[in-house]
Amino acid sequence: MQSIDTSLGEFEGTLKKHARELVDSLERGHFGDAVQLIHQLNQTRDRGLYHEVGKLTRELHSAIVSFQIDPRMPQAEEVSQITDATERLSYVVKLTENAANRTMDLVEESTPVLNGLSEEAKALSSDWQRFMRKEVSASEFRDLAKRVDGFLTHSAEGNRKVSGHLNDILLAQDFQDLTGQVIKRVTALVTEVESNLLKLVLMASQVDRFAGIEHDHQQLRDEKDHEKHPARGEGPQIHADKREDVVSGQDDVDDLLSSLGF
Amino acid sequence: MNKDMKILIVDDFSTMRRIIKNLLRDLGFTNTDEADDGTTALPMLEKGHYDFLVTDWNMPGMSGIDLLRKVRADERLKSLPVLMVTAEAKRDQIIEAAQAGVNGYVVKPFTAQVLKEKIEKIFERVNG
Repeated sequence: MQSIDTSLGEFEGTLKKHARELVDSLERGHFGDAVQLIHQLNQTRDRGLYHEVGKLTRELHSAIVSFQIDPRMPQAEEVSQITDATERLSYVVKLTENAANRTMDLVEESTPVLNGLSEEAKALSSDWQRFMRKEVSASEFRDLAKRVDGFLTHSAEGNRKVSGHLNDILLAQDFQDLTGQVIKRVTALVTEVESNLLKLVLMASQVDRFAGIEHDHQQLRDEKDHEKHPARGEGPQIHADKREDVVSGQDDVDDLLSSLGF
Repeated sequence: MNKDMKILIVDDFSTMRRIIKNLLRDLGFTNTDEADDGTTALPMLEKGHYDFLVTDWNMPGMSGIDLLRKVRADERLKSLPVLMVTAEAKRDQIIEAAQAGVNGYVVKPFTAQVLKEKIEKIFERVNG
């Protein structure tokens, strides 16, 4: 940044000096000198401008190389880093979706086993109570004993099945480790891209100063706000507790709706 | 509450549809169908005689809020109870949904208990 400040300082110095001389020559009627001075001023400004544009172009080029954005370049192996990051994120989506489905499959398979055992136990229990009250005949008892025997077998089988499923549910959570690693790498890339972009923007702003270009920041902000129209949605809120315009949970939603007369 | 009522679940993520379907089944509602956005949901609603609509907000194609507006603008569908289950948590959005005529609003992540309460509350009011 030091060099930018010097080149801009040089330009401003020359500008001030020549401006005074320009007024001076004009007042004294030396038009030839005045034109010469204007020419020199232009030259200084152009030199600074070319210098800054040159730096900007170099930086842009090195950013393209370092992120392998251009697929035609020999350095860009098979894919650019951005494409690679996109693919990595799709992999995260796939992995988490698979884990969610696997978990739900296992829960859906376990529920009927447990419900079946519960029904069987309930039916046996009422007959068992009758047996305890000595209301069961010998032939009925033989049947009851057979059912109890069957229940014990089913219950051991069911137990084994559900335990197995619980264990598989546990294993289905192994995506966390893999997706965590992938997301950390993509986050690092995004941070790097951001800091490089910021550098480019700073350089471009020096070009703007030499060229005397001004941007309408209000208009840019308005355009950005327009993109955030509520109908489009923002997705999950990460900092709900820090934002005034966002509810922090279901209780907040309920309060808001009841304040609207719901 | 009629446990046989026909419910349409609209969400672009199949896992979320499955979670809602499972929770509804736990509550005794087994007559459910699924759609992945408003564009697929609307013709189903027009033809299918549904009693209840559960929809996400943010979906490709037609969003949940647009689906809600279409439902309210349709003479035959306008009194269909609609529950929005969404990650959208801006106050403006909740107010927008309320003004568009939503019957309940649940923010994700949610619990089975919250879903049950909201559904009960909606049908208490609809039947009351």
